[in-house]
Amino acid sequence: MLAFVLRRLGQSAFVIVAMAALVFLSVYAIGNPIDILLAPDADQQERAAAIARLGLDRPLWQQFLTFLVNLAQGDLGKSFVFGSDAVSLILARLPATLELALVALVLAIVAGIPLGILAGLRSDGWIGRGVMTGSIVGFSLPNFWLGIMMILLFAVELKWLPAGGRGATGTFLGLQFSLLDPAGWPNLLMPALTLAIYKVSLVIRLAYAGTREAMLQDYVRFARAKGLSPARIIGVHVLKNILIPIVTVLGLELGSMIAFAVVTETVFAWPGVGKLLIDSIARLDRPVIVAYLIIVVGMFTLINLAVDILYSILDPRVRLADGGH
Amino acid sequence: MRVNRFSGAITAAMLTLSIAGPAAAQELKIGLAAEPSALDPHYHNLTPNIQIATQVFERLADQDKNQAPQPMLAESWKATDDKTWVFNLRKGVKFSDGTDFTAQDVIYSFCRVPKVENSPSSFVVSTRPVDTMTAPDPYTIVITTAAPFPLMPQTVFSVAIMSAKQAGAPVDLKYSKDGCQGVAQWPRTDDFNKLKYAGTGPYKYTQYTPGDRIVMERNDTYWGKKPVWQKVILRPITQAAARVAALLSGDVDFIENPPIQDLPRIEANPTFAIAKGLSNRIIYLHFNYLADSPPGVTGTEGKNPFRDKRVREAISLSIDRDAIVSRIMGGVAVPAAEFLPNPLAGTNPGIKPAKPDLDKAKKLLAEAGYPNGFGLTVGTPNDRYINDAQVAQAAAQMMSRAGLKLQVDAMTSTTFFDKRTKREFGLWLAGWSADTGEMSNSLRALAGTPDPKTGFGTTNPGGYSNKEMDALLTKALTTVDDKQRNSLLAEASRMVMDDYGVIPLHFEVTVWAFKKGLTYEAQVNQYTRPDAIGRQ
Repeated sequence: MLAFVLRRLGQSAFVIVAMAALVFLSVYAIGNPIDILLAPDADQQERAAAIARLGLDRPLWQQFLTFLVNLAQGDLGKSFVFGSDAVSLILARLPATLELALVALVLAIVAGIPLGILAGLRSDGWIGRGVMTGSIVGFSLPNFWLGIMMILLFAVELKWLPAGGRGATGTFLGLQFSLLDPAGWPNLLMPALTLAIYKVSLVIRLAYAGTREAMLQDYVRFARAKGLSPARIIGVHVLKNILIPIVTVLGLELGSMIAFAVVTETVFAWPGVGKLLIDSIARLDRPVIVAYLIIVVGMFTLINLAVDILYSILDPRVRLADGGH
Repeated sequence: MRVNRFSGAITAAMLTLSIAGPAAAQELKIGLAAEPSALDPHYHNLTPNIQIATQVFERLADQDKNQAPQPMLAESWKATDDKTWVFNLRKGVKFSDGTDFTAQDVIYSFCRVPKVENSPSSFVVSTRPVDTMTAPDPYTIVITTAAPFPLMPQTVFSVAIMSAKQAGAPVDLKYSKDGCQGVAQWPRTDDFNKLKYAGTGPYKYTQYTPGDRIVMERNDTYWGKKPVWQKVILRPITQAAARVAALLSGDVDFIENPPIQDLPRIEANPTFAIAKGLSNRIIYLHFNYLADSPPGVTGTEGKNPFRDKRVREAISLSIDRDAIVSRIMGGVAVPAAEFLPNPLAGTNPGIKPAKPDLDKAKKLLAEAGYPNGFGLTVGTPNDRYINDAQVAQAAAQMMSRAGLKLQVDAMTSTTFFDKRTKREFGLWLAGWSADTGEMSNSLRALAGTPDPKTGFGTTNPGGYSNKEMDALLTKALTTVDDKQRNSLLAEASRMVMDDYGVIPLHFEVTVWAFKKGLTYEAQVNQYTRPDAIGRQ
């Protein structure tokens, strides 16, 4: 198990360096942040000083080498725009995104799995058809449009929920979380729903397919013959077997919700990392973009690792040996 | 027990409601289109930062809604000779931490400007002309400059004043150009973001959550008229549709830059109102004069057609500015005849925007040796100015009616500005707003011959050069008498326009939208200033 974990971490270190090089070069190729940062009427002297301060006057290979040396020392650089440490900027915005992703994940599990199983059991009835049709709608709605429509309906027309922004927050370990203060929940609801709808549909489809398949398996027939109650058959035996693909997919989806909730966060003016990323891209704030993606790659590696470990708990036949049978 | 807790909750809720009632009327929530990068007023020389900072950190002189200098921390000023300015400071002013405002604070603040670490765009451009700064008494500041510098009152607007005493400055502070001597530690930007430092303005910061909100509350020690709002909450909502939705749903009371296409909807709603004001932002076409065969130009046998004045005039004559304003800009713009709109200093009162004349344009092109026109590409950003790419499209179609073969190359602004600096366009569309609110700023940047020594031509990568105009501008920039200087500037501006050196298209009109019952005094510099938001 330890060897497995170490090898995984080694692989991700390689991915991080390769990805950092790619991002570094492509941001360099897009353009120069200096015209966005500088006051338009800065004179030539000030312009030259600003370019030198950011190190943009040096050749690309030198800039990249400095970046690699600093990276090796764990320093991802300072934001061009905010002047402060890129990593701490990202970490300061992370709680907002984490709680959004967490609520969306819980919604996906709580709504998706029961609905999917139900649809799988009643696949010919109107419940099954209704749920599956609904999931297709949930699949195909673009996030952006859905967010705007929810705002128009629930905020502008009905005035039930605030149109955006983060509401009141409570403090936990020195970090701010809306989940801890009920006054902050209304603000959390719409962005979390927007983020969750696609995942709910995804989970419904996985649970549906899994249930239909499992119900035809021998162990279900045996369990029935043994006289187990349908609730126990479905709640224990079927559920456990359909969970494996769902856990895999949700693990990856959780990662992408944390990393790329960009659209949702922008539409709802939610001050999370996705918003920070899109703003940084617009301003070509290279240190923040690169640091962000490095953190994301690291996070995906960890999530994948966690998913693999979860597998082995759900299915004892799976051994953590990197395919070493 | 359960009943008790429930009724307790209701009572609590009612209490909050009854408190929130009158308090809410004193509270103003604003949706901003762009977020300031820090609360340090010396950190980033850019509109989103400056417009907010003016509310907390005052300056010697303010800009009124037409960008004319107004007394602020200085009650009056005058130039005692060509190179000396005397500012008489206001007495009895206190910072919000209780310390008194004196000349020491002015010296300290000017000294700090070059000392800000990691500043992405420094205010040094504004302190550089100040050669010496002395305080003969605590309420007088004497500034001398190496060369005559008439724009001192406009320039001091850029330097926010902080408390020297609060920052722990030595009492016998002496100004020197690169920062004062004997200051061990300068205030850090991070400490401003932690709301450590006080200003003298109508508001003081009480909360800062980057990405989410800036909260400021009325400063009770403020010397001037008490501001209308007890509490102002500024929320960055960069996505335009979300900003409008936040206004319509009542999340915020006031927003800046509602998109043009949403204006009819807001105006039709009886619970909302808008304020419009002509801005100092000119949208213009600029030429590449330096390249022998400019990028994107074809069919000229390798010649640079833009060096021929007749070609430039033909391009100007082909453009129907009224049509651009009414069809592309939805009426929210004003056709332009020069770099600044009329009430501002250094403009020509009689000048009129050119009317389209296709026959004359064709004739001029034929005379210039291009009877069949030539091919050219217009570069334009697509996310920087209001409807920028659509304006470029429209202008291109209009030019093609005069016989030119046009293409439009639209791109995101970070790419656009980089390419412009590298002169990768033959003809491009861009915008400019004069921070000083007078003509010399625009002429220097857009039309002066590029030269690091004079500081001219910083945004003239195409290299337009008119020595006569340069001389006139240089003379204006050392003429301290306002009237005389402004007439020199008007003449210089006329010279560029008559030469078709840069083609002005239109001035943007800035729009603010808000709940009915509020008022806003439109600012020509496009600033959103909470102290200009009133109640009917």
